[in-house]
Amino acid sequence: MLEHHPDLTASVIYGLGWLYLLLFLMNCAWVWRSYHQDGEVKLFGQGVPVASIWALYAAMLGMISTAHLTGSNNPQMFLLRMPDAFKSAVDSLSGPVSFFSLSVGLFVAVILLREWIVKPTVGWVLLNASLIFLALSMTDYDFRQIVGKPDNVPIVAMLFICAYFTWLSFACAVENDKRKAAGKPLYSQEKNDKILVWPDLVYSELICMVLVTALLVAWGIVLQAPLEEPASSAKTPNPSKAPWYFLGLQEMLVYYDPWMAGVVLPSMILVGLMAIPYIDFNKLGNGYYTFNERKFAISTFLFGFLPLWVAMIVLGTFLRGPNWNFFGPYEYWDVHKLELLNNVNISEWFWYKVMNTKMPVAPAGSDQATQIGYILLREWLGLVITVAYLAVLPPLMAVTVFRKFFVRMGFLRFMVLSNLILFMASLPIKMVLRWSFNLKYIVAIPEWFFNI
Amino acid sequence: MSVGDYIRGSQIWKSIFRHPAPVDRRNRVVVMLTNFFLHLHPVSIKQQGIALSYTWCMGGITFFLFLVETITGVLLMFYYRPTLQFAFNDILALRDVTTLGIMREIHRWAAHAMVITVWLHMYRVFLTGSYKPPREFNWVIGVLLLVLTLLLSFTGYLLPWDQLAIWAITVGSNMARATPFLGYEGPGAQLLNIGGFDLITNGSDARFLLLGGRFVGEATLNRFYILHCVAIPLVVALLIAIHFWRVRKDGGISQPL
Repeated sequence: MLEHHPDLTASVIYGLGWLYLLLFLMNCAWVWRSYHQDGEVKLFGQGVPVASIWALYAAMLGMISTAHLTGSNNPQMFLLRMPDAFKSAVDSLSGPVSFFSLSVGLFVAVILLREWIVKPTVGWVLLNASLIFLALSMTDYDFRQIVGKPDNVPIVAMLFICAYFTWLSFACAVENDKRKAAGKPLYSQEKNDKILVWPDLVYSELICMVLVTALLVAWGIVLQAPLEEPASSAKTPNPSKAPWYFLGLQEMLVYYDPWMAGVVLPSMILVGLMAIPYIDFNKLGNGYYTFNERKFAISTFLFGFLPLWVAMIVLGTFLRGPNWNFFGPYEYWDVHKLELLNNVNISEWFWYKVMNTKMPVAPAGSDQATQIGYILLREWLGLVITVAYLAVLPPLMAVTVFRKFFVRMGFLRFMVLSNLILFMASLPIKMVLRWSFNLKYIVAIPEWFFNI
Repeated sequence: MSVGDYIRGSQIWKSIFRHPAPVDRRNRVVVMLTNFFLHLHPVSIKQQGIALSYTWCMGGITFFLFLVETITGVLLMFYYRPTLQFAFNDILALRDVTTLGIMREIHRWAAHAMVITVWLHMYRVFLTGSYKPPREFNWVIGVLLLVLTLLLSFTGYLLPWDQLAIWAITVGSNMARATPFLGYEGPGAQLLNIGGFDLITNGSDARFLLLGGRFVGEATLNRFYILHCVAIPLVVALLIAIHFWRVRKDGGISQPL
């Protein structure tokens, strides 16, 4: 692995100073809130207001901000930066496997620990930790090259926004679930008078429009829309990336051929989304946040949205470099990085390893029917697995894990649901198979462009 | 009599606004019923139905961003010519020379923001179970609007005609040639032949239809320009109208029963 790029400029330090200043002001407000609400904590046998701990933290942020804003003469000597040892450790630990495991782990943690996470203090600590991590990471040259691209700024913002709204929805859901368990009316049912749309709604819409306009103008002034060299069909950039919102789909190309990753799976996503209201037979949870009343629906949707969509976009945007190789967040995008690709098809494994013979090949000059027969013979195991996955698993699930669902949904709805779930699961399954067995294709018929 | 009262008492003012200023309860009701733009809303609404922590305001912001895109987009159309000769230079001029060239920045950032707000709007509609009966079909329309938003953004991505643009579109549209049956590298395409003559070639498949050629070129620019500025916005406007109408007809903003 290469040495980390040492470059750190005065303008970056200055910009980070403003970020720390913002953090300082946010935490000043938090101290005020904590002073009124948090009470005391025992420290060294003495009662200390929690607010004083936050005040110390805020003061520290204020000093860090001052250090950045006043700056030193030589930015290269600036000390407040991400330690090289940490960067090397992160780079060497990160890879598609650890990234995907981390995102799934986070997803599971959010669901299991929801009652703890939705506490305001916990949320605040997480927000502060992630912002400081981002600020420290920005001192790294290679991190800045990718995350600081104008087109990538909305993705960073989206991460924070998605995290915030997930937190908010769980906060409301946990509150509602507690009320339901205690037999109390929902929060939204308690103080719910009819009010006039003018002025209450119309004015808040107006304020919202003004704020959004102001944000867009400020954003447009600070960041210039990207414009690269004039188009040239002769010069292919490496990596060539689709627009950022399709990078999750482009990432799927690692595991599936274009006809699956680019056509079939996206179509299934859209069909699946449209089918949701017709396969969700649960009448509860209509018009309010809840988790306990819709555990399966919400977990499935969150799994599809957070690890399989948002996290894959992050992976495709920030961590995939030249030749679509994986690069750690602080790693230089080296065009010459080599990754060994020694993936094997199921058919190769079956004929070479298990049967210890050559692959069956139709004799030269044989007619079409014979050739088709030989291809099917060659790929029989993968074909059987695929057919079994789509045809045997649904009825099997109907009598085992989804028995209650099947009874309540009826045949047609259940088949739609189970097939959608199987298609959704096909991506993580293929990922795990690739990582653990170097599996390339389950069915490999390049003659017909039919690789799964 | 003050000038303001004189204006509000004039025949012209009264012909435009068919009601006195909405300062009392009666006229706050009347304004909602007589104003074309406000009649999308009901007259009164449940307090919690419009609570920010409930709606996140994301649907409204998405619609507002669509309006921003329309306005800035129309302004940009005055300066931008979708031909290989001019496209890139016009964008360059917007950046460096043209007064209010910031319209391009606002257009691009609002487009990114709109993609995100659409997702968040769907996220909250899902999490509140608002797609459940009687609102099933409005969710379906919403999914169509999501697709069209992504297509709007995708078609617009090509128009600056820089390296970023054509290669993003090349990568994206390469998928189309693997469409089952309809792409010349897709499974099943070989079956579509008459007497050994292939119907699906790289000059007749789904990708060719999308690009208007075998690669991203002038025909593609023209095609994407018209899709971006005329065809898709018209469909989106129609679906938005239906979406809003259905919100009202399906019982307004969802609430606990």
